[in-house]
This record gives sequence, C-alpha cells and structure tokens, in this order.
Amino acid sequence: MKPATPQNVVDLYFMDARSKLIDIAAFMDRVENAGLKDDFRYQAFLNALKELGEGERTKSVLESLSDPTKELIPEATTKAACGAWPGMDSL
Amino acid sequence: MRYIEPHAHMVSRTTDDYVSMVTAGCKAVCEPAFWAGFDRSSSKGFYDYFRQLTEYEPARAAKFQLPHFSWLCINPKESEDLALAQEVLDLIPEFLDKPNVLGIGEIGLNKNSRNEMTILEKHVDLAAKHNQLILVHTPHLEDKLKGTKLIVDLIKSDSRIAPNRVLIDHVEEHTVKYVMDAGMWGGITLYPESKATSPRAIDMLETYGADRLWMNSACDWGISVPLAVPYAAMEMRRRGYDDETIDQVFFQTPYNFLSQSPNFKI
Ligand SMILES: [Zn+2]
Repeated sequence: MKPATPQNVVDLYFMDARSKLIDIAAFMDRVENAGLKDDFRYQAFLNALKELGEGERTKSVLESLSDPTKELIPEATTKAACGAWPGMDSL
Repeated sequence: MRYIEPHAHMVSRTTDDYVSMVTAGCKAVCEPAFWAGFDRSSSKGFYDYFRQLTEYEPARAAKFQLPHFSWLCINPKESEDLALAQEVLDLIPEFLDKPNVLGIGEIGLNKNSRNEMTILEKHVDLAAKHNQLILVHTPHLEDKLKGTKLIVDLIKSDSRIAPNRVLIDHVEEHTVKYVMDAGMWGGITLYPESKATSPRAIDMLETYGADRLWMNSACDWGISVPLAVPYAAMEMRRRGYDDETIDQVFFQTPYNFLSQSPNFKI
C-alpha cells in the first residue's frame, strides 16, 4: 500500500523523532545519575540501542526486548509484563 | 469519514465517548470480553458481565444509533484458575445465540503458562464446535513474541479452524509477519505508551497491505484513546493517502472480516 500523493517523511517526522531522541538521552543521564545503571531493564535498553544501526530496526529492537525461550512456563505468578525479559542474565 | 471500531471495551468508557465516536464517523463498535482490572471472585461475575456485553451495552450504544457487537470468553489473565475457567466456559454457549455475538474472544495467552494454554485450547474447541469466529489477544511487551508463535501454532494445528476466520490482535513489527504468513488476520492496537503508534501502524500497512490488517483503539480502563482510530485516519491523510484508501483501511477491511459472522449486520 502506497499513498496517492506521497509526502516527505523527514518533513513529517523529523521534529517528533528529534524530540524522542533527546528524551532517550535525558532518560539515560537520569538513570545513570541516580546510580541505577545495573537495573536489568536498563541493561536491556542499552542492548536494544545496538539494534539501531541498520536493517529492520523496529523488529530487531522489539526482538531484543523479548523473551527468547519457547516453552510454556509452569505457572503465571504475576499478570504484569515489565517491557524487558528478566531472564537475560541467565542465558 | 466512516469507520468501524473493531476492538473497544466500552463497559469501561463513558457515554460521552460514545458521542465522540459517533460524531467522528463510527458505524459499528465491537467489544471483546476481557479482564476487568481485578479478578472476579466467581463465575457469577462473568455471568453478569456477559449480560452486560449482550444486553446492556448494545442498548447504551443504540441510543446513538451505533450498532454494538461483542465477543465472549474468559480472558487469559483469569485462566490460571482452571476450575473457575471451566465454569465460565460452561456459561458461554447459552450466550452464543444472542444477536450481537460475533464469536469467541479475546482469547489467548498472557504470561505463556501451561494453564493459560489449557484454557486457550478449550476456547478453540468451543469455537470449532459452534462454528464461531475467533479473536485473539496476544501477550504484552516481552511476552508477545513467544506467545504469538505459541497461539498461531496451536490454532494452525486444529484443522477444524479456517485461518481466515481468526484475527490475531495487538500485532507489532516482530509478530505481524508470522500472523500474515499463517493466513490469519491481524489487528494493530493504537496505544499512547505501548503496542503501536499510528505512524508505525501505517508503516506496517505499507509493508503487508491492508487486506487482512485492521487498526483498533482497544480503549479500556487504562491509558488509551477512544478516538485513536480516526486519529490514525488523519495520520494517513497527512501521509498523502486518498479517501478511497482510508475507507478501505478503516471500514472495508474490518467489515470484510467481521461480516463472516451472520450476526454482523450494519
Ligand atoms: Zn482488549
């Protein structure tokens, strides 16, 4: 599917992406200034940043934040997800 | 514009939201059964909820000439308790004859546990026995990739279920291809903080086409936007799409899937 009259997507999205990029930088400064660099979610975040180089970046970032195992877990002890897989350290 | 909201939890929304949606061009709203934000204490809570979805909520929407449809199930977040889940499953058949019921949903997995899978299998069996459409909820965040594959593989392995009668909801860039390749339909949920934004949803449509992908707001009691679907239509317009394509994406595509149920008449 393509637009009938394609618009310049840099014109459309640069300012929004610029703002989010600065927010990411500020988040990293904030976490590190607070001494929370070792939090597994922050470590997963740093790993995901490595996926921004080339290729299917969105898919790769999402995959890097995903549980890579294939088996059902014995029991759900929580309902919540936190956005990063806590088991990454044990791989 | 005209659009169909294929996934909204209107029991959690105000009447003002109905007014806004109809004003924006909503021609039908579809409401899957889901988790209320807390666990119900017994199957009686689900009985009342199913009455709300099949009697009260359609009447509330009808005040604004908005057709309201629903999907029935026990959601995966409450499926860890197998005895409760079985009691709720036993309640569902009597509600399948209600005129606004489209099928079984939103079933699926939450934490990808064994009990969740057991109850998912029972729902798929129920859908097969009663020839119902299936609407699937895929897990959140880090659990989505694994859960989507487990769900799609399970449904594919049941020869009684035609893949084109199944919609896998909450797809993202790492799961959409798996769903499309399986011959099923996909739903993209537009949330402010998780799932997808409208620019990302449009990117996915540009890659995979609009024939089997719809967008929804999945608005509920959490952070969500009941007008997310018409806002995404505006985003498509900004990208240079014409009225005809916008109508295809926001009306025709969901219409084509949903009208596989004889109850979906608008
Ligand atoms: Zn939902």
